[in-house]
Amino acid sequence: MIANQLPRSLADNPRLDAWIGFETPGRVRISTGKVELGQGVLTALVQIAAEELDVEPTRLRLVSGEAGEGPNEGYTAGSYSVENSGGAIRIVCAEVRALFLDRTASLLACGTEELSIEDGAFRRSGKGTGFDYWRLAGDIDLSCASTGGASAKPATACRLVGTSLPRTDLPEKIGGGAFIHDMVMPGMLHARVLRQPWRGAILGELDERALHRAARRPIEVLREGSLVALLGEDEASVEAAAVLAREKARWTGGEIPPDAVVQPDWLTTQPAVDRVIANGKPAAGERVEATYSRGFIAHGSIGPSCALARWDGAALEVWTHSQGVYPLRQSLAAALGLDLASVSVRHRQAAGCYGHNGADDAAFDAAFLALKRPGHTVRAQWTRADELTASPFGAPMTVKLDAVLDPEGRPADWGIEIWSAPHGQRPGMHRAINLIGAEALPGAPPRVPPGDVPDANGFGAARNAIAFYDLPAQRIVTHFVAGHPVRTSSLRGLGAFANVFAIESFIDELAEATGQDPVAYRLSLSSDPRARGVIEAAAAMAGWSPDAAIGEGTAKGFGFSRYKNKAAYMAAVAEVALDEEVRVTRVWCAVDAGLVINPDGAANQVEGGVIQAASWTLKEAVRFENGRATCSQWDDYPILRFSEVPEVEVRFIDMASEPALGLGEVAQGPTAAAIGNAVARALGARIRDLPLSRARIMEALL
Amino acid sequence: MSDLATQMVRFTVNGQPVEADAAGDVPLLAVLRGEFGLTGSRFGCGLEQCGACTVLLDDEPAYACSRPAWTVAGRRVMTIEDAGRDPMLAALKQAFVEEQAGQCGYCLSGIVMRARALLARQPAPDRASIAAALDGNLCRCGAHNRIIRAVQRAAARLSDAGATA
Repeated sequence: MIANQLPRSLADNPRLDAWIGFETPGRVRISTGKVELGQGVLTALVQIAAEELDVEPTRLRLVSGEAGEGPNEGYTAGSYSVENSGGAIRIVCAEVRALFLDRTASLLACGTEELSIEDGAFRRSGKGTGFDYWRLAGDIDLSCASTGGASAKPATACRLVGTSLPRTDLPEKIGGGAFIHDMVMPGMLHARVLRQPWRGAILGELDERALHRAARRPIEVLREGSLVALLGEDEASVEAAAVLAREKARWTGGEIPPDAVVQPDWLTTQPAVDRVIANGKPAAGERVEATYSRGFIAHGSIGPSCALARWDGAALEVWTHSQGVYPLRQSLAAALGLDLASVSVRHRQAAGCYGHNGADDAAFDAAFLALKRPGHTVRAQWTRADELTASPFGAPMTVKLDAVLDPEGRPADWGIEIWSAPHGQRPGMHRAINLIGAEALPGAPPRVPPGDVPDANGFGAARNAIAFYDLPAQRIVTHFVAGHPVRTSSLRGLGAFANVFAIESFIDELAEATGQDPVAYRLSLSSDPRARGVIEAAAAMAGWSPDAAIGEGTAKGFGFSRYKNKAAYMAAVAEVALDEEVRVTRVWCAVDAGLVINPDGAANQVEGGVIQAASWTLKEAVRFENGRATCSQWDDYPILRFSEVPEVEVRFIDMASEPALGLGEVAQGPTAAAIGNAVARALGARIRDLPLSRARIMEALL
Repeated sequence: MSDLATQMVRFTVNGQPVEADAAGDVPLLAVLRGEFGLTGSRFGCGLEQCGACTVLLDDEPAYACSRPAWTVAGRRVMTIEDAGRDPMLAALKQAFVEEQAGQCGYCLSGIVMRARALLARQPAPDRASIAAALDGNLCRCGAHNRIIRAVQRAAARLSDAGATA
């Protein structure tokens, strides 16, 4: 089980009643600062709480993402939720259970060892006592701080944790009104906000009368600086005016990115903040080098961002699908000049979220406009083009690797040099507001170049830069392009996607150069038993053969990493078939995530991560023309479709006695690497720049 | 476009006769969600490129996001909310839950509707046929394989039910 040191979430929110309450008879309130993004986290948290309390999961009512009320757990990001929120809830529930058992024992003048709990009712030597959590709730003071001292159940005693409890939210998400987009408020005003095509763009004159004419029913046009919003009761009219406004808007100034901004060597020639993370001594000898890259990736959420807000003259209520309701609340209050206490921010669910997308910016749109129209609820809805082009992009990276090999073909040293745009520009990060609507207002403060994601959060550009092998003399250098003109931020895996792709490609290249089998080569460089465990398991699942032919058009490739070098381990084998395009036919994954709370939910996350990473690897890169991202519709930014997805097999190594390790992002890097290595073997030539597009395949074939 | 006149159209939604103002090329999706509160059909792109809005029009899949509501005059519209009445939709919905075929769920209603049309003309589709039929629907979470298995599970259940009926 999770070790009994206080998880960060509990250290930050120590009061027991911040997490749990028995306010309603027969029900248990569990509060979490983490939010449901489609990853099934709330189901896992229900399992953890119900397990420790010994109540049926159906009694639990989860309160999630209520800034100002629930625990502040920062962002739901970085594969931390089960470790931190789950870890906190487990300790809190174990402690609360012990408090109630002690109270019952003292009332019955018996020892706690005679007591047991069955669905919230306390039993003595197997017989009912008449006491339960709710009857004794008034006797127990939950306003005290957690001591962290209670022992949670050992894995062997768990009956819920470790089972595949089905997600309770799925039926409504298939066919109901589960999403923020479905919220309807009386007197609601629909809003569209024009997006600047690039940072700092200044809007020229706009014929407002033409916008009114384009609408069928009355609308309002609201302009401040370069922020233009259309507002009205009739959504179709608002949209019709917005279509014309987008067409007629003329933009000048600002930070226009050149078309070449997508080139790997554009990034390496920019001013950068240089940092040496590890400084191993280079070995003497012939040096092998290779440079890899990935471009800008769009989040591509299927549901465009949406938010609602209402201002009654004294208090602002905001409904959002942000990953971090507390940081958003801070940024909104700062941007709008409001007292923090007057702003409440509540999470409502939306389409799948894989990082810092447009959710926070849509919340600003709604909040800003709500202040202008007191008493109305304003609903800001982004378009598909907004979602694909105005959300922050996953950051482009160029990664150069080098090594000198010893006589046995093992690296005698190892260097990685990383150029990267920022991976973290969320609201409030680096003391900046980071909301694009606020940046369009007159008098917006000049943009401050952001810092990188802190090391303690698992690094940004350097996430997984340390190769998880027994390599001597690692040198790690980052060149952080803080002043990058394009807005980039956190996307599933951050730097790990490009770094693992590069490291694992390079490992394959070294194996090939020294005539060794890639799996055997990895094992020869790895003494970590859990790393070896997943590498061997994935190879066995896929029927890996060291003698597979090269350059035959079909092949298997291998990839491995331990996410953030501290979360779950994963090894993947990808099988590809090649003609003019790459088709990934199958992927086998072995994952060691310690104790797995919900095996089917975890498998769902890994399968989804594999398919999404395959899509990034094969197809995805944003292009820019005349300063604008050109991916304004799906036809311009294709993602993997049903007939293109590989079959995916996932196996978890049985490690129930080990702490739970985050796995939501574990698949991104190893999948890309496995596909890249498979393509190199199938093609007999290596493509080092992502995506492995048709053009690059054709180029390699010539 | 500044014409405020209404343009009433009649059609059926999930078996019920309805009347709606379809003036100004208002999309069918806006009418379903806004007028009738049928929020199961979702806005994804407005460009017929993602399928989140898919409904059935006289049993054939249609993109509700861009289709003007006036074009459905006199026709039958079926949405995911008809799962309470339609055995095929009910079987699909149940199979999706059993396979835990989804993550965020935003794309699922459109996918279920398209699968309903597939099963109506091809009761026992193989993996490739299901994948091909669903190619107009995007899923970003990567639940594709579970979705394909769910469609197969629903097909098997419907064919068992047909055999014993």
